[in-house]
Order: sequence, then C-alpha cells, then structure tokens
Amino acid sequence: MSLFLIVALPFFGALLPSLMNSAGRQAVAGVTFTVTLLAFVGLMTNLPAVLNGDVVQNGFDWFPELGLNVTLMLDGLGFLFATMILGIGLLIIAYARFYLSRNDNMGEFFTYLLLFQGAMVGIVLSNNILLLLVFWELTSLSSFLLIGYWKHLEAGRQGARMALTVTGLGGLALIAGMLMLGKIVGSYDLSVILQNRELIQADPLYVPVLLLILLGAFTKSAQFPFHFWLPHAMAAPTPVSAYLHSATMVKAGIFLMARMWPVLSGTPEWFYIVTTTGLITMIVGAVIALFKHDLKALLAFSTVSHLGLITMLLGTGTAFGAFAAMFHILNHATFKAALFMSAGIIDHETNTRDIRKLGGLRHLMPITFLIAIIAALSMAGIPLLNGFLSKEMMLEEMAHTYLFGPKWLVPTLATFGSLFSAAYCFRMIGHTFLGPKRKPESYPAKPHDPSVGLWLPPAILAVLVVVIGVAPFLVQDFVILIAKSVIRDAAHLDVKYIKIWHGFVPALYMSIVAVLGGLIIVVMFRPLSRLWDKTPRPEAKNFFDNIIMAILICARSCIHPLHNGAFTRYAMIMVITTVAAGYHAWATGVVGNVTRGLQPVGWVEIGGWIMLVSAAISLAALHYNRLLSLILIGIVGLMVSIGFVFLSAPDLAMTQITVEVVTIILLLLALNFLPNLTPLESSMWRRGSDVIVAGCAGLATMLLTYHYLLRDAISVPISEFHLANSYEGGGGTNVVNVILVDFRGFDTFGEIIVLGIAALLIYALTETLLNGPVRARLLNRAPDKQLSGTQHPMMMVVLTRVMMPVVLMVGFYIFLRGHNEPGGGFIAGLIVSIAVVMQYMASGFRWASDRQRLPYHGVIGAGVLIAGLTGIGSWFFSKPFLTSDFAYLRIPPFEKFEIATAALFDLGVFLAVVGAVMLTLESFSRLARRAHVKDSDSPMDIDPSRSIVELTQPQKGE
Amino acid sequence: MEVLVASAVGIMTTTGLYLILRLRTFPVILGMSLLTYAVNVFLFASGRLTVGAPPILTDDATMYADPLPQALVLTAIVISFGMTAVVVMIALGAYLGTDDDHVDDLIVSDDEDVQ
Repeated sequence: MSLFLIVALPFFGALLPSLMNSAGRQAVAGVTFTVTLLAFVGLMTNLPAVLNGDVVQNGFDWFPELGLNVTLMLDGLGFLFATMILGIGLLIIAYARFYLSRNDNMGEFFTYLLLFQGAMVGIVLSNNILLLLVFWELTSLSSFLLIGYWKHLEAGRQGARMALTVTGLGGLALIAGMLMLGKIVGSYDLSVILQNRELIQADPLYVPVLLLILLGAFTKSAQFPFHFWLPHAMAAPTPVSAYLHSATMVKAGIFLMARMWPVLSGTPEWFYIVTTTGLITMIVGAVIALFKHDLKALLAFSTVSHLGLITMLLGTGTAFGAFAAMFHILNHATFKAALFMSAGIIDHETNTRDIRKLGGLRHLMPITFLIAIIAALSMAGIPLLNGFLSKEMMLEEMAHTYLFGPKWLVPTLATFGSLFSAAYCFRMIGHTFLGPKRKPESYPAKPHDPSVGLWLPPAILAVLVVVIGVAPFLVQDFVILIAKSVIRDAAHLDVKYIKIWHGFVPALYMSIVAVLGGLIIVVMFRPLSRLWDKTPRPEAKNFFDNIIMAILICARSCIHPLHNGAFTRYAMIMVITTVAAGYHAWATGVVGNVTRGLQPVGWVEIGGWIMLVSAAISLAALHYNRLLSLILIGIVGLMVSIGFVFLSAPDLAMTQITVEVVTIILLLLALNFLPNLTPLESSMWRRGSDVIVAGCAGLATMLLTYHYLLRDAISVPISEFHLANSYEGGGGTNVVNVILVDFRGFDTFGEIIVLGIAALLIYALTETLLNGPVRARLLNRAPDKQLSGTQHPMMMVVLTRVMMPVVLMVGFYIFLRGHNEPGGGFIAGLIVSIAVVMQYMASGFRWASDRQRLPYHGVIGAGVLIAGLTGIGSWFFSKPFLTSDFAYLRIPPFEKFEIATAALFDLGVFLAVVGAVMLTLESFSRLARRAHVKDSDSPMDIDPSRSIVELTQPQKGE
Repeated sequence: MEVLVASAVGIMTTTGLYLILRLRTFPVILGMSLLTYAVNVFLFASGRLTVGAPPILTDDATMYADPLPQALVLTAIVISFGMTAVVVMIALGAYLGTDDDHVDDLIVSDDEDVQ
C-alpha cells in the first residue's frame, strides 16, 4: 500500500467514530479497529521491501516554494515505529472498547485516538523535516485532547495543559532547530540532510541546532528536567496512558534522536548532553518510581527512567549503543504496554490504583497476575525475558563509557539505576499480587479476572516478551536491520547475534548486583519509604506553576495598562497610533508635485457644506439628546447623498439615501428601549483631551484628502480597463453596476454573504434575548413616554397601502435598468425593503407578518443561492466561476432588449439585501412586541366597519 | 471644491471620533456612523472629484468619473448598514441584560474616567 495512504487512513478514519457514535459502542470500536487494521496491513505489505534493505519512498509536492513537500519514506527505523504505533494501537483499541464506561463518549475518544495515530505515523514516515514538524505539532494537540478526555476531572485538565505547554514549547524550539538545519544543508529533505554529516557538524550553527532539536526531543520524551509533565498526564484514561505515554508519543523524541543520529551524534557536545541527560533521567525516574503508591504513577516514572536509558544509549554515539537502544525500544514497548494494561485492569476491577490498599491479588486474579509478573520481571531484567537482553547490552555499553573523569562513575551509576529499576518492579509485583490471601470484600470493589477482551491484548504482549526473551535469534536480523537504518553510513555495526549468555563479563556482575540489591531494597521498603517521606524534595509541579504564574503576571503588567477593559481607552490608543504612524509616513515619505487645480465652488455647494458641517458639529455638541442627534445624523447623511449626486455618483447617492432611511428606522427602534438622554459623565479635562485627539485625527484626514485631491494617481487607474470593457465585455453602460455584478462579482458575492450573516446574527441575538431573563424584563417594562392615542393612524395606513405597489414598481424599475442606468440590485433591494417596512410601521407588526408568505431567512438564502448558482452556471461552459454572458433579444411587438446572466446575479443580490434588511428590522420589532407596545389585531385602531359590528352586537364585544 | 470635500471629511472624522470616545453606547454608535460617512467619502474621493460626468457610458461623453471607488463604496455603504445593525443589537442586548449602557468594562477601576 502506498505510504501516503497509510498516513492518510487514520486521518480520514478519524471522521468515522464520531459520525457513527449513535450506531453503538461496538460499531464505533469496530470501525476504529478496522481503519487501524487496514493501515497496519498496508504497512505490512511493505515488509518485504524493508527486509530487503530498500527505502520505500513516495509523495507529492505540496508547497515546493517553501520546500514543504509531502514526501514519505519507510526504512527499518520508520517501520519499527510504525509497527509499534499501529500494532499496539490495535491492541489498545480492543482494550479501550471494554475499558471505557457507558458514560464516556466513545466516538469522541476514538476520533482523538485516530488523529493521534495518524500524526504519529506521519512523524515516523516523513521524509521532509517541515512535514515532520507539522505532524509533531499534531501529536501535541491530539495528545492534549486525549489527556483531557475526562473533562470533568480537574487533574486531567491540568495535566493536559501542562503536557501541551511543555511539549508545545519543545515543539517551537524544534521548529527553530529544523529551520536552521534546513538552512545549513539547503534542503528540507531528510534523505539529503542525512547525507551531510560533515557539513552540518562543521557549521558554526551546529551547537544551536543541536540544542534546539534536543530541546524538542527531550520535552517530548520527558527527559530530565522536563520529566515532570508525564506523571501528570497519567490523569488520562489508561488506554491513553498505555498508548501515548509508554509506547508511542514519548518515543517520538527518541525517534527524532535516532533519526538525526547519523548527522548529529558523535561530537563531544552530543555525547555529554545526551548521555548525561539520559543517565540522570534514568536514575531520577527509577528512584521516584520506587516510592510512588499509585500504580500508574509508578509506571509513569518507570517509563521516564527507561526513556532515559534509551537516550543514554543513543548518546554514546557508538554503533553498539544505537543497536542496544533500538532493541530496548522494541522490548520496552512490549512489556510496558502490557504493564499499563494490567494496571488498568486492576484499577477497573478493584476500583483503586493505590498499592497500599492492594496485595494478595494473585489468588483472585490469576490471569492478570501471570501477565503482570512476566512483564514486570522482564522490566527488572530477569533472564529468559526480553528486558534482560537489552539491559545487559546497556550495562555492557556503560561499562565502556567514560564521562567526567573516573572510569567507575558511569558503570556504577548505571548499576545504581538498574538496582532501583529492579526494586520498583519487585515492589509492584510483591505489594500488589503477593502477600496473604484476602477476602474479596476487603478491596474497594470485589476483584476478579476481567473478560477476555481486557486481558487478551496484554497477554499477547506478554507472550512476545517471553518469545523474544527465550529465542532472540527470531528478531536479531530485524533489530540489526533497524539499527543499520539508524546508523546509516555514520558508523560500522559489527553485531551478528543477540546472545542470552555472554559468559562472565562485567555486565553480568552488574546485573546480579542490580537484581540482588533490588530484592534487598524491597525487603527494607517500609523504613526506606518513611525516610523518603521525611526528606524534603523539590516538587517539579510547583516550579512549573510558579514559572507559569510569573509569566502570567509579567504578561498582565504589560497588557493591563493598554487593555484595561475600557473601550474608550482602546479607541484612544488606536487613534493616536494611527495618527502617529500616518505622521511618520508623511514625514519620511516623498511628496509629489501638485498636478491638479482646484475646481470652482458655487454658493449651493457652500450651502450644502455648511449644513453638513454644522449638523456634524451640533451632533457632537448635542448628542446628550438622543432623538435630536438622530435628526442631525439624518441631515449629515442627506448631505453626503447630495454630495454624491453632485460629484457624479448617482448610484452611490441612491444607495446612501435608502440606507439612511433604514438606518434611522433601526436606530429609532433601538432608541425605544435605550435611555433618551446620555448623562454628562466625563470631566471637562477628559472632554478637552478627547477633542484634541479627535481634532488631530480629523486634521490629519483632512490634509491627507486634500493632498491627494490635488494630485493625480501615480499610475494609471485600472478603472480605464473597466470603462473600456464595460459595454463590450459586460454588456452594460452603467460601469459601476457592471463592476459590481461582473468585473468584481466575486467580491459582491462575498459581500451579500456577509450581509446575510450579519442579519442572521441579529436574529440569533434576538432569539437569545427573548428566551433569556431579558424577556421578563421586557414584559414588565412600563413605557417611559405617553403612548399615542392611535398607534396606527388611518391616514398613514391608507397612504402606505396605496403607495406600496407604486414603490414596488419603482424598485422593479430601478432593478431592471440597473445595468445601463443608475440603479441595480442593491438599491432596488433597499427600496423594496422600505416599501415593506412602511407596512410594518403603519399597520402594525401582526397585520404585516400575517401577510408575509416567505420567511426572510429563506429570502437571504435564495439570494445567495441564486447568485452562487449563476456563478456556477459558467462552469458548464468551461468558464471560470461567475463569468457572465449576455445577448440581445427581440420579441416582435417590443423593442430590442438585453438578457444578461449578470441580471440573474443581480437578482441574487437584490433578494439577499431585501432578506437581510427585513430580517434585521423584524428582529428589532420583535423585541418591541414583547415589551409594552400592545399591538392591536386590526390594522386600524379606529375602524368604522368594526364599530358598526360592535354597535349591532354589543353582547359579543370585548 | 477640493477644500470643501477635504474639510468635510476632516470634520466628520473629528466629530465621529469624539463621539466614539464617549462613555455610553448610543453616542459611540452615532460616532461610528459618522466615521463611516467620513471613510466612505474619503474612499470615494480617491477617484478624484468630477462634476457632471457620471460613469454611465454615452456616445457623446468625453470623460467619466472613476467608477471603481464608486463600486467599492457602494458595497461599503450596504455592509456598514449590516455592521451598524449588529453593533446596535449588541448594545441593546447588553443594555437590556444589565440595565447599563456603559461601553467600558473596567478590569482595573479607573477613577479618572468614571465619576
């Protein structure tokens, strides 16, 4: 199967579990399992090629300009990891099916799990480091979702945040490191990078690159001092802990170090940093693990310790070290996943993971005991189990590693770490399963062996543990192959066999010391534990919390002076910044020469200007009276419209004046609920400073406008093209309309969608208000002004109804002539809206809405749909979206007329505008209906015909 | 003519910004409307001012006003209606919900601004 498909399958499959959530838990788990199995089988089809030593590659170009391409590569190392990810993934999915309770949303869980799986497979198969980074970040995000899967648990949420912070931080460092690495080599292709060992190591940027990449790897793989996030991530459901935090994600860092091993390793910097970090992590993890009482915490720290061991092996920079590391990765994945699942079983059956409450479980849970003891003894390094083999190799390697002076230092420390490692394994088995037989009632829940679904997955792994341990020759060729794919040309590997018995070598003595010492420690556990509890230790979580808090305080002290929640302050900052930036541009830029003269001014223009300016200034001065300010802003709008007419923009004038009408109606509707007066709150000083700031901004705008009005454009405006092609290409003589519906039709399409969204938003807000506490407030609201005697004056009712057809006719006319004369869909839509709004105003909400046949949402939708379909129509003629066409028709009795697809598009615009404006205004008036305004059933309060009926039938009156 | 248009834009900007800097929602909305006028006229004026030459193609016209800024401003006017409506709705909802139409939601109390 193509590598691309293997990576893509989990991502596409991730949609399925959530979609199928209602189909039942069996189906959800089944589909997840199938998807993973498909990917696994697909991977296995590449096995022959990998065993041949080939490197399978495929992919395609994504962003060649950035060097970011989807190129994938499968070699031994990638194959080992992909097999672990998908193979253990299969077991985990089967296990999770039985582990998750009925209250858990299984679809959500498996969707996250598949996302994670796809991202992980992506990392190990990437042949492009930028692509690898994308997947790397995806694993951080999906693991965040998985750790925090039990959203109700605070520990889960905190653990998820901590994991995201630490691994995300490392991810950022990794991005920087990878970009620098790509810069050094001149390619982001992994296969190219891996061939440039000398070039990279000789570059002065080698050390920064190394540090940044290692920071990414160490955070991901929980190496000291970033080890603290992993135990906190254990708040996740056990399948997640077993999958992410033992078998896969934490090994991503290891994978990265192994992948980069050929080019980064072998230098003193690499050796000292990686080996030391690994050694410290191994010892610290092992010691802490011993004293943890929570089974999962114990396993978490043991994972930290083993990851340290692998890191240390990679750090030595020798071929044998890399070989041992690869073998231990394989072994650790088998026994640790089995142990995690066993811990999950114990938790599931006894309802506790506290080792102090357990003991004697071997009588009650024999199968679990068998699985756990095999896995734990393997981890402790007991012969004939696979952990022994790789641990021997580690000790062997360490016996020849010299760090910081004395020769005995590293071997002693490694033995010390192994000793504690053995001790916590023995403690885990001893204190959980061994001990006197207890009654089932003495545990928090009655324990018994679980159903086969829960124990089979770890049992399979336990069998592997024994098989590899007894017959290592079965896997030795495979491991050698993997090690060679790690090492490449950087060193020579001369290992031929994996042997159980090496003879009496130092490693054997170290091993014996470790196992015996571990037994002694377990026997002396109680006094040691008391001692441990008394010793003060730094708690990593506190450090982390303090650092986060310090950053938070720092960020707040920077942001609060600017963002204190006061809108006025934001506005002030924005205005001052803009003016300052404008001034800077003005002062440093080049100012062209005056090329245009002033145009003459008549008295009419000056009169209009005076009206506009005095209305605007009065508005600012008298805005305390809100009704008056509406009148004043109306004058401003009117003057702007007239200005547009005068300055050769008839379309703009028509749009402005119609929008003006609906805006004023809207503001009136809103003012109905708002206070009528704005209280005088700000001080003189404050108002004075506002005037100065606003004045500066106004002066700047004025100067800018004046400046460019006296100069021609620096290049020929593209309008020349529009003017030249409007008739020939667009079939219309009104160039503004042709631009709207043809040249820039896509813009207009977007704009009507925005308008529709705005209207729907207002509708939704109204609904929310009317269904919330505001509703009661509205119902109890007393009108603050005396209501008019007749809400629907007869003259107005009659007049608006008479005018309705006329206005509609005008709207229709404006719409039709739009392509050639001023007009078009926008303006016609506004005019028709006004015609309808008049009915609402005159005859009342109920009367009008009774006669409304089509919902306004539908009108908006129809408009957008018609406009969109018109655009799509051009696809059928193999033209790009929204290509327009037109033709002239002549039906005998009439004049020749034009048919243009642009008119259909304009119809869409028209409908969208009508729908949006009407939905907006209707939403506002629905608020009013809830309030004090009592709307009568009849359109006229004084209705002669009704009073006659009432007079003749008084007993049926109200 | 240029002086009139430029000064009108400047004055509408000044008054609009002054109102935007007020403390209650209603004047802020009015200020935004004024600023919208100013911006629309400003954009329109970027096509330079032309009297008596609308961009309607005729056989005997020798020059036309720049149609592109007009088309852009036309949609801007309609969109600004949508924007105004949304802002008004939000302001109204906030007022009805809390009985308070202040625009400032102070995190740190600022005595100088609120008396």
